[in-house]
This record gives sequence, C-alpha cells and structure tokens, in this order.
Amino acid sequence: MSDPGSVSGGSGLEAAAAAGVDQLSHVDDSSQKQRKPRSLWSDAWGELRTKPTFIISLVIIAVIVLMAIWPTLFTSVDPRHADLDKSLQPPSGDAWFGYDLQGYDVYARAMHGARASLLVGIFATLLTVLIGSTVGIIAGYAKTWLDSLLSRFADIFAGIPFVLGAIVILTTLNAPSENPGVVRIVTQVVLSIAVLSWPVAMRIMRSATLVAKQQDYVKAARGLGASPLRIVFRHLLPNTVAPVLVYATIALGAFIGAEATLAFLGIGLRPPVVSWGVMISESRDYFQSAPHMLLFPAGFVTVTVLAFVMLGDAVRDALDPKSR
Amino acid sequence: MAEPILEVEGLVKHFPVRVGVLFKRTVGHVQAVDGVSFTLNKGETLGVVGESGCGKSTLAQVLMRLEPPTAGVARFEGRDIFGMKGAELRKLRRDIQIVLQDPYTSLNPRMTVGDIVGEPYEIHTEVAPKGDRQRKVQELLEIVGLNPEHINRYPHQFSGGQRQRIGIARALALKPKVIVCDEPVSALDVSIQAQVMNLLGELQAEMGLSYLFIAHDLSVVRHLSNRVAVMYLGKIVEIGTEDDIYERPMHPYTQALLSAVPVPDPTQRGRRDVIRLTGDVPSPIDPPSGCRFRTRCWKAQDICATEVPELVPRNGGHPAACHFAEERAVV
Repeated sequence: MSDPGSVSGGSGLEAAAAAGVDQLSHVDDSSQKQRKPRSLWSDAWGELRTKPTFIISLVIIAVIVLMAIWPTLFTSVDPRHADLDKSLQPPSGDAWFGYDLQGYDVYARAMHGARASLLVGIFATLLTVLIGSTVGIIAGYAKTWLDSLLSRFADIFAGIPFVLGAIVILTTLNAPSENPGVVRIVTQVVLSIAVLSWPVAMRIMRSATLVAKQQDYVKAARGLGASPLRIVFRHLLPNTVAPVLVYATIALGAFIGAEATLAFLGIGLRPPVVSWGVMISESRDYFQSAPHMLLFPAGFVTVTVLAFVMLGDAVRDALDPKSR
Repeated sequence: MAEPILEVEGLVKHFPVRVGVLFKRTVGHVQAVDGVSFTLNKGETLGVVGESGCGKSTLAQVLMRLEPPTAGVARFEGRDIFGMKGAELRKLRRDIQIVLQDPYTSLNPRMTVGDIVGEPYEIHTEVAPKGDRQRKVQELLEIVGLNPEHINRYPHQFSGGQRQRIGIARALALKPKVIVCDEPVSALDVSIQAQVMNLLGELQAEMGLSYLFIAHDLSVVRHLSNRVAVMYLGKIVEIGTEDDIYERPMHPYTQALLSAVPVPDPTQRGRRDVIRLTGDVPSPIDPPSGCRFRTRCWKAQDICATEVPELVPRNGGHPAACHFAEERAVV
C-alpha cells in the first residue's frame, strides 16, 4: 500500500497528519499486543470490582488489618494502664467504650486486641489450608489405597467435635494452675484449631483434584510423559486452588470466632495477652452490670467474621463461571 | 508391501467392577477391549469405527500407556511398548502422540496457548533449547493455521475448531511418527470438521505421519483412512481396505452400520434396504457367548452361540469375524 500523503501530491501538512495518524495507529497496535491477556483471575477481579459486598467487606478488613498492624494509629491510650478508680464505668466522652473491671480502657484494648485475634485467625488458616490441601491433593491424585488411608485418617479428625477436641488438647497441654507464655499459648491455640479443621480443607482439595484429574488435559500431559510433580503443580493445583481459597477466606473469619470461644472458656489466649476473646471472657461475670464490656469486643468479632464470610461469598461467586 | 510401524496382538483391557464400601470385592470385569489385533503401516491411516462403548477410546488409552493393558502385545517399530521404562518410554512419548476428543477439556484453562503448545519442549528439554522454544511454538501455531501472535491468549478465547488446532499443534511439537486421533472431530460442527480433517490430511502428507484414527462417524473415517477396522463390544469384527469395508462389507454389523448412513440423494431414498438392528448393545460386563453380535444378528445360528468366529479372511476376501460372512453391497 502506498502512503496516502504521497498520492495527494504531498503538502507538508498532509504528510505530517498522515504520519501522525500512522504513528497513532502504530502506538495503538502495540498497546493491543502488550495488553495482558484475560485470564480467569482477571475476569474474576473485573467482576469483583463492581460488587458492593466485596467492596464493603474489603474496607472493613482493611481497617481491621490496619488496627492489627498499627493500633496506636487509633488510640494513644496504653491498653495495660489500669485505673481501678474507673472500674466498670460506662462509655463516656473520655473513654468511648467505657472501662472494664480492672479500669482498663475498653476502646484501647479493642484496638490492641485486633492483633492477637487476627494473628490467630491468619496462622490457623494458613496451617489448615497447607495441611489440608497437601493431604487432599495427594489423596485425590494417588492410587486408591493411599486415598482410602488418608481419607479415613481425616475422618477421624473430622469426627471430633471442635469445642470438645480443643478443650481436650488445650487442657492436656496446660495444667489448670499453669500460666503459659504468650508465644506458647498462641501457638497451641493455632495448632489445635488447625488439627481439628484441616479435614475440611482436605475434602475440598481432594474432590477438586478428583475432578481435575479426570480432565483430558491431564491425559494429554501424561501422554507427553509429564512427571507426577509436573502434573500436580502445573495442571492440578492451578485448577483446584479456587475452592480452597474461598474456604480459606470464610475459615479465617470462623477461626477468629473460634479464638474468642476458646478464650471465653478460659483455655485459649488469656491475660496478659490482649485479644477480643480475652475481653469477652473477662466480661463474663459483669454482663448485667456493665454490658459495654461484652458488647464492644463481641461486636468487633461479629463484624470481622461477617466481613470475611461476605468476602468469601463474593470471591466464590466471581470464581465460579457457572454463576456468571 | 508397506512397512509396519505399530503392531498390536491380542490386546486385552478389562476393568474390574468393584462393590463394597470398606472392603471392595471384584464382582466382574468390563471387557472394554478383548483380543484386538491389527497393524498400522508407515504413512498410513487406519480408521477404527464402532458405536459408543465399544472400546475404541480404551484402545487409544492403552496404546498411549495411559492405562495398563490386561494382556497382549503392542510393538512400535518392533519394540514392545508395554515393557518400556525410563528413557525408552520417554523416547516412545516423542514418537506416539494423541489428539483428544473434546477440545474444551483437553486444554488446561489456566495455561496460555504458548505454554500449552510449549509444554512438550519443557518435558523433553533435549528437543529444543530454551531460547528456541517460543519460535518453535509460533511455527507450530502457523502450521496448524493459527495466528502465531496469539501465543499469550488463553484457551477460552478460542472457538472449538481453533482449540482442536491447538491440541494438534501440541501433538505435533515433538515430531511424532504416529498420532492417535481419539475422535478428534466429533465435538465440532460439520463445517469445522472438514477443516480439521483437511488439516490432518495435509499434515500427514507433509510429515509422513501415521494415524490411528478413531471415530464413530463412518463418512469421517472414509475421508481419511486407507484401511478401516470395525469394532463391536471390544472386538474387531471386520478389517480391510477402505473399498473392502465400504463397497464389499462382509460382517452383518458393518452392513447394518453402512445401511444407516444417510443418503444425500432424495431419489435414492427408500430404494435401498435399510437394516434395522433391534435391541441394545449387550453389557460388556457379561458379553454373549460365542459371537458377541449374535444377539442382534439376523443370521445367527446355533454355532454362533458356541463358537467364537475368528477374524480371518473369508470368502477369499478380507478378514471378517463372522461364520456366515458374505459380501453384500449396501450403499
């Protein structure tokens, strides 16, 4: 094709305009080429961005995370400064959430308690998902007898009621009179939650693997001579990770609730650790006289759990192509 | 006479049927493939036809070593396929490749086209040095008629026909000698079928490929095949050249299949005698004694129930597994 500028005789202006157009179209073209291909993840992101529940839950979670990382951003009061004169005082302009039995500022403690609660939630989720999906993908991919063995093994743990199991584990590890250190008790709570919850992640991963394993692309990879490791990491994991991710989001909220439950029972985190669960536990005997001691930390737990459940729901809808 | 590249003798594949929750016991076997023998020659296309559930795809999977055989021998260039291990098996993977039926499930949705077609090179690193791979992948895409610039796209951005071309490109990557085509066009529209069939034909002519072409559509097989094998319930009932099977079918099952092919000429309609088979295909768990087709055959006699008809040349023609084989022009 000849240049349109040269055909028309070529006044300088026309040539420049043609060159400009040429350049523009060229620039356009290159940007098209470099544009990132649309994957299922970017499709999901595009869908999520427009969802109000996703945005709301993300904002709530962002605030909570900020609270956990940087509690002094929200309060300048020391959560461990007790003023017994102010014991059980209701909310006021001075202390928005009032004071508890020891005269601690409930607002300050709620801000500082986010860290312990969130840490337990995050580590318990990571451990649960890690153990669960590793065992699940092995069980789903392996030959039948190993699958049966691992599945029955998981059933044993799944059969233990959560609260009962946690009570047994934590009271066995710590004598009633003992007062374990912060790191030790957090580790114990995380481990007991993970030990009792991994079968759920395992079952999700196993069934996702069983489906993915039957797909023709796995057959094609085997026909090419791909090693089992390659099949697991290149073909199975990318196609099975979505349901586990959704479970992890919802589980994170649930585990923050579980932390509170265990603390309330007096076997989880305990003072001097500051956490929402510990605060709820301390309010146990004063609920009628000083309800603010219970309501504020409980409110934080509820809102956080709700935010993670909403996030999980939104992510599941976005990742499930059938719901689109 | 042509040189054989793939020889199969007495291939058997039985799947055990297990019941029970904790302690599984075997109550029977699905006899998916039961004593199949054939030879595939160099540069030739052997079509395998038969209805759903007759064991065609199982045959492909056993030959690809995706499933272990129950019994039988298969030789590729004289070497036993089922006895191969390690480096020898890796070499075999380069020589025999498969094109799968469903283009919507045969491509990993989380991988780009470049990764899918380039995966053979990642597994067999000796075939192409790292820096050379992208160029090779783009070449392959061009060979199968796709835009080589689409290397970064994902499978869901392509149509069914294009996806099947990607699957073919993947199979071609290692320059195989034999390609097992497991119903490669049955999931496609008729117009797209023709394009893909023509592509397969061109590739064969250019690269000297041998195809084991599995299909349930007789006209599709006829278009591409030099020789055709007809399967029924895990056994080959008739095998011969394209003309043998289509012009001079001897086995009653082949005749029935051919008479069911629609005739495009309306004036011919109703002139030929259509053979209608009654009943269903018997269960492969408990196939009929003797000839497996006897329960639906109009020629069945006492001998059919007691004696298994061998697949041997009959009436001076091509091999057919029927005691009462006789030529009959159907179409």
